Amino acid sequence: MSREHEKGMSLIVKTVTRLTVGLILLYGIYIVSHGHLTPGGGFAGGVIIALSFVHLMLAYGKEMALKRMPRAVASFCEGMGALLFLSIALLGFTGGYFFLNFISKGEPFRLFSAGIIPLCNIAISLKVGAGLFAIFVALTLLKVLSEEE
Amino acid sequence: MIELHILLIFMIIGAIIAIEVKDLLSSVIAVSAVGLALSITFLILKAPDVAITQLVVEILILIILIQATLKRDLPFSTTGRWFLNTLIALAFIATFLSISYICFKDLPKFGYPILKVGSAYLREGLMKSGATNLVASVILDYRAFDTLGEATILFTAVIGVLSVVRRIGRKKVEEKIEEET
Repeated sequence: MSREHEKGMSLIVKTVTRLTVGLILLYGIYIVSHGHLTPGGGFAGGVIIALSFVHLMLAYGKEMALKRMPRAVASFCEGMGALLFLSIALLGFTGGYFFLNFISKGEPFRLFSAGIIPLCNIAISLKVGAGLFAIFVALTLLKVLSEEE
Repeated sequence: MIELHILLIFMIIGAIIAIEVKDLLSSVIAVSAVGLALSITFLILKAPDVAITQLVVEILILIILIQATLKRDLPFSTTGRWFLNTLIALAFIATFLSISYICFKDLPKFGYPILKVGSAYLREGLMKSGATNLVASVILDYRAFDTLGEATILFTAVIGVLSVVRRIGRKKVEEKIEEET
């Protein structure tokens, strides 16, 4: 068996993960982008996106997942999501007050409608997904480090 | 309503099992079964947004609990002072039950809320915010300040975890010596 099969779980888990992790990520993106039309939204979609990376990390070990999503990128997305959400809120001052829905509402039941709500969903999903993945990585690395000592 | 009562009884039994069982893995599984039943309860009460969020957060918490905290040695103190412990527990249960009896007596009937603002959201939400999902229009348009507070709480929590659990010892040895002298 080659060297890449040594880390992580067994071959069956790795194959199933390789087939499903893209679907999970895609489902999270769907939940986020249709948050203003169907049940879901930024928080749930962000958690699903984080879960796809957690899935990758459980099956393939931490090097594979951290190669796809390094900790610096996770921290950057976390801060960027928070700043994006706050700046969307501050941009409402161009029309009057905080959190004003300043983009045109559009037609209901369309993907591009409801003004700032999809943008806020995307910002929250970036923040939640990157933050929860960073927490998971930190706790898992802590466990590995404490076992080494 | 009968399925709600069945789910509630299932959740109470699962919580009791989670407390009483000795194995830590079984306890975590029982807690997640309680969370799954709570998610189905939200689905029956016609709140799919909350059900989705509860389900995915429950999965993430289950993974974190199993992966990150399960192999620690947790000290169990089951012996000693059982009389005092039981007395304190009984006193707390009696206080909680009496206060909750007083509180729940004044609650409005199920499905008839006191606040009338919800019906206004239902009437005008689609027209004013343009979002078909009224929950999204409430949490990101009408009550966006609350969502900002929640985002701030999560941000602070992530920063706190990352700063507490980071790798210690970034300073070089000679710097530390200089500080000490």
